[in-house]
Amino acid sequence: MTASAPADVPAGVGEPTPAAAASPLRPAGPRAGRLGRLGRARRTRPADLLGLAPFAAYVAVFLGAPAYAVITAAFKDDAGHATLSNVTTTLKDPYRHAFTVSIELSVLSAVLGAVLGLALAIAVSGARRDGFVHRAVTTASGVLAYFGGLPLAFVFLATLGPQGLVTKWLNSAGYNLTQHGFVLWNMAGLVLVYLYFQIPLMLLVIFPALDGLRPQWEEAARSLGASRRQYWLRVGGPLLAPPFLGALLLLFANAFAAYATAYALSTGSVPLVPIQIGSVMSGNVLAGQENIGNALGLWMIVVVGLVVVAYTLLQRRTARWLR
Amino acid sequence: MTALVWADSENPDSPAVQSPATPRPGRAQRRRPPVGRALLLLVFAAYFFIPLYAAVDFTLGGSRRNMGHTLSVWTGLVHQEGFTTNLMTSLKIAGGTVLLLLVLMVPTMAWLHLRLPHLRRVVEGVCLLPMAIPAVVIANGIIGAFKSWPQAITGSSWILILEYVILALPFTYRSLDAGLSAIPLTTMVEAARSLGASWPVTLWRVVVPNIRTAIASAGILGAALALGEFTIANLLLLNTFPVWTDQAGQQDGEVATTASMLILFLSWLLLMLVSHLGRGRTAKKSLKLRRSK
Repeated sequence: MTASAPADVPAGVGEPTPAAAASPLRPAGPRAGRLGRLGRARRTRPADLLGLAPFAAYVAVFLGAPAYAVITAAFKDDAGHATLSNVTTTLKDPYRHAFTVSIELSVLSAVLGAVLGLALAIAVSGARRDGFVHRAVTTASGVLAYFGGLPLAFVFLATLGPQGLVTKWLNSAGYNLTQHGFVLWNMAGLVLVYLYFQIPLMLLVIFPALDGLRPQWEEAARSLGASRRQYWLRVGGPLLAPPFLGALLLLFANAFAAYATAYALSTGSVPLVPIQIGSVMSGNVLAGQENIGNALGLWMIVVVGLVVVAYTLLQRRTARWLR
Repeated sequence: MTALVWADSENPDSPAVQSPATPRPGRAQRRRPPVGRALLLLVFAAYFFIPLYAAVDFTLGGSRRNMGHTLSVWTGLVHQEGFTTNLMTSLKIAGGTVLLLLVLMVPTMAWLHLRLPHLRRVVEGVCLLPMAIPAVVIANGIIGAFKSWPQAITGSSWILILEYVILALPFTYRSLDAGLSAIPLTTMVEAARSLGASWPVTLWRVVVPNIRTAIASAGILGAALALGEFTIANLLLLNTFPVWTDQAGQQDGEVATTASMLILFLSWLLLMLVSHLGRGRTAKKSLKLRRSK
């Protein structure tokens, strides 16, 4: 979380050269601009850029080319002619329904994950930093946040599936889950499963921000006469708002892009966008709509891309005060 | 706080000292009782532990009626068709991913920090791109983009290694960036170069040893990712251990759950290693700080 210096310089001013710093009265005319440009030119030598060539080429081929292939194919029909029909078809049912379900699942699991994660983080941050609870929760969330995918589905099938342990406990207590409309692959079930990786991810993201709120700030506010409520309203809240919103967006993107867990839970029958793409790839598509999967992919890139960009910007805002 | 106490002892009648001190006892009373917090932690602990307990119980045959717990599913796993070959495939893919990831990213990041520090934001943005493009979409794009490539690459573990390196970029950037920011890289490299070391020697014998913790965490996270990745492998119809697990699950839930727990324990072991490495580093750092004080 180190903000590099150039970003703090207002855009268009250029690098503050030693000469400019020594004489602040010098008018910022074209000369200053030229100096700035010269300074920058000296720093980025073409030979230096060559050092990034392998990395740039690798990303261009193995990420750029697939993304380009999806985006261009989204605007082509089966014969390769330009068309908008894929992009518009994916806005109608059944794909429209898939987007609704996907967004509903992502919003629900992100909001619940963020709120519950924050509650847990606050409860834990009261504990001693080097104590057992704090250490156990940090380590566990570091591990569980990466625990999505296939294994999670089987773990929950063993818990709340038809043969699951908790299902049986509840049965012997006279409560039948399925009769009450709960299965793992409907909305409530998926949210419950997704929270298993959403809450730990929230903890990972929000812990540094929560730890970064210095007790001195609260003491300063209170010594100036602020009540606890006023402190949270005017100081703590506004400071935590960007990281909280950022975390919310990250959780949304995380749930929206997830494929493996829902796929394995439902053997591909839940109407989620990623699962629809997978099903198109496996050949379940009408003639003349071979590029529907690419159009769905394009929409996914648009949604997740925007959300991730917003998350990155919020994260940088937090990095300014978080040391 | 110390300043307040000091002022207090010197000037006990000062009202300016009295007023900030008064809210403190009230605040202590208003603070949530520890019972509420313990209850909250208990609920979370139950949510996170019961599924794991249930899964382990399931793999030990706990769901079968009138039979005791047994290790038979675990011991029988090796004899399941495809278990060993697919596990080996996944381990090879993980090894290949880690190797390629580090060979590509360590020199790139060192160069970035040394010569192009003002481009760090740009490279960071590029490394975060895989977060913005879902794995399903990447899988779809691979089929379209590499149609003309030889089957030996696109129809084998190679394409997975090549793409898992991409998926690993976000945390690899963060880990290596943190590692390189924490050392006086320019000084070290200039010293090595002025003593006559070539670029490769400087990289291998000066830079790498000094950021070995960061390299280890990036590598371990990459291995954990490669071991558990399902989406791309499944959609490209390639056989890896997670794909095998899913197929096993369509016939035998116990075998699939056991294989899942195996993936879990493996990747948890790796991730625990990362958090242990991280703690070792911060512990050392705080020790140094304390000493300098």
